[in-house]
Amino acid sequence: MDVGVNLIQLAIYLGGFIGFAALNAAYLVWVERKGAARFQKRVGPKETGPFGLLQPPVDGIKLMTKQINIPEGVDKPLFILAPIISMVPAIMCFVTVPYSNSIVARDINIGLLLIFAFASVNILALMLAGWSSKNKYAVMSSARVVSQNIAYEIPMLVIAITIVMISGSLNLREIVDVQAGAFWNWNWLPFNGNFLGPITFILFYICSLAETNRAPFDLGECESELVAGFHTEYGGMGFGLFFMAEYANIVIGASLVTILFLGGWYSPLPESIPFLGASGIWWFFAKMYFLIWTVVWIRWTFPRMTVWGLLNLSWKILIPFSLFNLLASAGLLKFLG
Amino acid sequence: MSSVPFKDKLETFELNLGPQHPATHGVLRVVLTMDGEYIYDAEPVIGYIHRMHEKMGENRTWAQFLPNLGRLDYLSALSYNLGYVQLVEKMMHIEVPERAEYIRVITTEINRIASHLVWLGAFVMDLGGFTPLLYAFDDREEILDLLEAVTGSRLTYCYFRFGGCYNDVDDDFLQGCLKFCKRFYNRIDMYHKLVTGNIIFRQRMEGIGPIDADMCRRYGATGAQLRGAGVNYDVRKNEPYSVYPEMDFDIPVYTECDSMARYMVRMDEMVQSLRIIEQAVAKIPEGPVKAAKVPKMIKPAPGDYYHAVEAGRGTFAIRAVSDGKNKAYRMKLRSPTYSNISLFREASRGMLLSDALAMMGSLDLVIPDIDR
Repeated sequence: MDVGVNLIQLAIYLGGFIGFAALNAAYLVWVERKGAARFQKRVGPKETGPFGLLQPPVDGIKLMTKQINIPEGVDKPLFILAPIISMVPAIMCFVTVPYSNSIVARDINIGLLLIFAFASVNILALMLAGWSSKNKYAVMSSARVVSQNIAYEIPMLVIAITIVMISGSLNLREIVDVQAGAFWNWNWLPFNGNFLGPITFILFYICSLAETNRAPFDLGECESELVAGFHTEYGGMGFGLFFMAEYANIVIGASLVTILFLGGWYSPLPESIPFLGASGIWWFFAKMYFLIWTVVWIRWTFPRMTVWGLLNLSWKILIPFSLFNLLASAGLLKFLG
Repeated sequence: MSSVPFKDKLETFELNLGPQHPATHGVLRVVLTMDGEYIYDAEPVIGYIHRMHEKMGENRTWAQFLPNLGRLDYLSALSYNLGYVQLVEKMMHIEVPERAEYIRVITTEINRIASHLVWLGAFVMDLGGFTPLLYAFDDREEILDLLEAVTGSRLTYCYFRFGGCYNDVDDDFLQGCLKFCKRFYNRIDMYHKLVTGNIIFRQRMEGIGPIDADMCRRYGATGAQLRGAGVNYDVRKNEPYSVYPEMDFDIPVYTECDSMARYMVRMDEMVQSLRIIEQAVAKIPEGPVKAAKVPKMIKPAPGDYYHAVEAGRGTFAIRAVSDGKNKAYRMKLRSPTYSNISLFREASRGMLLSDALAMMGSLDLVIPDIDR
């Protein structure tokens, strides 16, 4: 391919991702606020625009115009760097996500690995934010976040390996292609070589929830214990970036679950059915946003776990289960497939 | 995970919890000495909103001090009102008409439910669940509307007067109470389904924050703390006042001593309050709501007087010394929350921070009540 065309394509995609990530972050906040309001018999934002739809831009303007306050005594370079480190890898992850057969920025062979690699940079950012803030709550929060993310990345990776074994590829597009056809071919059901499919799916979903530091696993920023956790000292856009990164990570997590387990852009119905059977980007978004909605749903339903409860869940339940799952799938693939 | 052996105090650090912290529900400050996530020592620093209510009681006439009582524990203000007016009635030997006593019981009990509802919401919010707060406030709103209609205020009530109540209640209020009771039984079931059965909630409650009967006795803790520790003590039963002896209700007692026991005690208390309200509405007689003869100038005979009532958070008692003048010589308010917070230091030792804050939530703190 011509280098010039390639560069233009790259620039378009880059602009697209940042726009997509920012738009998602902004409007998922709106979805979350409206959703929370529904769960709590409230109205939610309604003054700004129809159904409060202008609330996200208004919030954004507020955050951006606020003074960037760097408290005395913080480690200034790291304090400034942390929100950026948090946001950039989150956007980078979008590079390999295939939204449909043709819409993917970089169809890389190691797409899955790349997503995991970039997603784990997020922990570094949270740790730096907590550490550089020179605030005891923030330091405690970053200690929690690190132990939590390590604990949940292990089962997540082990499960991802299971899927990779079934699909025989690290390329996300190929992983989806293996699940082509109707919903019974998807990885979350036990008919695709992995008879533990549903368990795998639930484990992975829990892990991805914990990875994004969302309730009930939001120990890093649990309000009633650590005030605001690692971003206690951040205000204005510093906080805004953490906030956007969190939502970008939710989108990535939901996309990953969609790709690995829910057949990506493939329709849940057989292709022979007209219209509904057609596959395309709309199915991807439908699945992804449904998963995001469940994340919101869970957040406003469950109380928060404790640190030890969380670590116990990972080390005593999720990791043994995922390892067993890996072995069982490997054995099945060896002897049956 | 109740306690761990500590290696060395040198490895600890100090953490200042409050006075501005989301978990302390007000301006309570707790200086924590932490060993990692474990609490080595927790010292509550109180007095940030000390308003000298006791001294005010000595500088004002008996009647002038009445509105102050609603400002102590603003969530169950009517219990405090009741304690004070009954003390003065005891001193002055004022006979209260029966209808007034029934009104007092109905309003106090419905106020107790409102108080427990705020606790329920705030407590679950301490655990990270935000939604029950708004459900609880939804119910509380109905109570506030009912009470506003008869008392004229929504939070810091000053409804009872020496020898009766400020004004009579109408049928709308009584029917509204019954309607509320009917609805609230279902709501309690819903809370149990939503909150009590939640596995994360149970994990965080059961076996966490042990407060046994001995600790309660040493610190003078009352209310749900005591009843959650297996002690069947409720002023309404043990030193009955008003028309409580005529009511058929139970005192919920749990023997587990943990946060869950205290939670269950309060949840069951709401049901018992509903029972009391229903009976009182059925039994309420016609008649005046004010005693015929109440002296204009309250000048109790010299002496030492004491009266205790069961408020939302435990035993609220007043000890007043009169020297025969129109003001108290000495006024001592025994507020339940003050005793309840004082055991926090001992109970939280060796606990995890998150467990300790869950336990603090289960103590149901109202900071103005501590600081007075």
